[in-house]
Amino acid sequence: MKHGLKQKISTFSVLVILVLAGICFIAPFAWMISTSLKPLQETMSIPPRWLPSKFQWNNYREAIEAMGYFWRYTANTVYLCFLTVTGTVMSSALAAYGFSRIEWKGRDKVFLVLLATMMIPFPVTMVPVYSLFKNLHWIGSFKPLWVPSFFAGAFNVFLLRQFFLTLPHDISESARIDGCNEFQIFYKIILPLAKPALLCVALFQFMATWNDFMGPLIYLNDQKDFTLALGLQSFQSQQGGTPWHYLMAASTLIVLPVLVLFFFTQKSFIQGIATTGGKG
Amino acid sequence: MTRMEKKKLISGLLFISPWILGFLIFSVYPVLSSLYYSFCDYSVLSPAVWVGPENYHTLFNDEVFWKSISNTVFFAAFAIPMGMVLSLSLAILLNCKVPFRGAFRTIFFLPSLVPMVCLAVLWQWMLNGDLGLINNAIRPLLNTVNENFGTQLTAPNWLQEAAYAKWGLIFTGLWGVGHAVVIYLAGLQGVPQHLYESAEIDGAGFWVKTRHITLPIISPVIYFNTIMGLIGTFQVFAVPYVMTGGGDGPERSLLFMATYLYQNAFDYWNMGYACAIGIVMFVIILTLTYIATKLSERHVYYEGK
Repeated sequence: MKHGLKQKISTFSVLVILVLAGICFIAPFAWMISTSLKPLQETMSIPPRWLPSKFQWNNYREAIEAMGYFWRYTANTVYLCFLTVTGTVMSSALAAYGFSRIEWKGRDKVFLVLLATMMIPFPVTMVPVYSLFKNLHWIGSFKPLWVPSFFAGAFNVFLLRQFFLTLPHDISESARIDGCNEFQIFYKIILPLAKPALLCVALFQFMATWNDFMGPLIYLNDQKDFTLALGLQSFQSQQGGTPWHYLMAASTLIVLPVLVLFFFTQKSFIQGIATTGGKG
Repeated sequence: MTRMEKKKLISGLLFISPWILGFLIFSVYPVLSSLYYSFCDYSVLSPAVWVGPENYHTLFNDEVFWKSISNTVFFAAFAIPMGMVLSLSLAILLNCKVPFRGAFRTIFFLPSLVPMVCLAVLWQWMLNGDLGLINNAIRPLLNTVNENFGTQLTAPNWLQEAAYAKWGLIFTGLWGVGHAVVIYLAGLQGVPQHLYESAEIDGAGFWVKTRHITLPIISPVIYFNTIMGLIGTFQVFAVPYVMTGGGDGPERSLLFMATYLYQNAFDYWNMGYACAIGIVMFVIILTLTYIATKLSERHVYYEGK
């Protein structure tokens, strides 16, 4: 009886800490949405009010207009997401297959090289890659932002390889006896089984492209070509940071699709992240 | 090599060929030519001219560069441990048998999904000196302290004051700690329950169990997260860049190594100098990773060893 009470008290105190921490983590989101719905003068009231006196849904329309090319930015971002997701899924699945389902001499040593490339900081390769694209006359176009995704990034190969390794060896063996060649086994047997892992890689790549800031900053020149992330930054630096209601409305619009996507795919998302740490 | 082995080697290499090409074009070539350019006068517009170690010589006498290193080290030295303690604590709490665990996990994870630019704009507003939520929350606390102790404490204007700007950035980063929470939680769920049960029979409390069972078993995960944290914090760029409107903050307090590299490369077209900064950054990351790995060999526990 005494033990049960003690258990209840500790559960209750853990719950209290979690609720307090949860409030801290939610507050910035609430603040963002609350600001996005206020008239300008209410963003400046001290102490702040959480609920606007009147919900200014118009802020969203006005923020979109003030950003200039909001819908162009959206179209550009979606276009880049589509290409990079396609490229990443195709190329990393191929490479991951070669690193897991075929046994060739030196494979695991080469895989260590792949893991080591994850340590190369992006700023180090930035200048030579920029001059490479400059020589190809690709600066100011979308190509530098999507072409590299067709060359299997190390992180995604690693993630898919971990999954491919868990598939039983026998399925490949029996397909081989049935006369399938290696590519057929990959395409007809392994890929369909790997759908959850492929979805996970696709999601990560989508997020990475949607969020990318430095790439578009370096390679895009024309305002009309900007992505949402770069468009928001350029809007913010033009405004000098006073119309907080517009900035928060624009931020909400850019965060929202990511959050919606997460809610629909939560399970495979969380699983993918857990895999990266667990077997590293 | 038998015919079979040869066939396997060829098909293996064919499958990984997209990665091999990417490795050569986007890793080997840029790292080597970055090293080469770091010894050159290079502006992209005209061919590189070899100048020997001049860039490094200038670099080590460049006060702004040292400022960027000390800012980066300061940021890493606080952001990594604070992030580790926070994410590990949250993960341990989430691992207790409490109701709504799934909901809490989602709440802690959500901020790490926010795009960097949105994160920077939102926290610029959160940390606003007069109107921000943070100062609105701490002002009442400071007033209470002032009334009772006769002090004159005021809330800082975070991003506009050199002494506080990096702290503003560190707090911004802590909000995105949920990614690490998810990784730690997965590690915690792999800790065998019977260890806790037998420890409880011996009368072990929460702290003893955490110190002697939980932490040793998830030490590989802590090592992994620390290395990832090192690599990430040494490259910090987007958030401070956006927060400062493309600048480097009051008295250059938000000038980081990647910021200075970017400024040299794309504001001054001083590409050779930028490459030298990149090489130094790479060497620092490699050295710290090496040290962390050496330390981990003593303290990290791998199952089955």
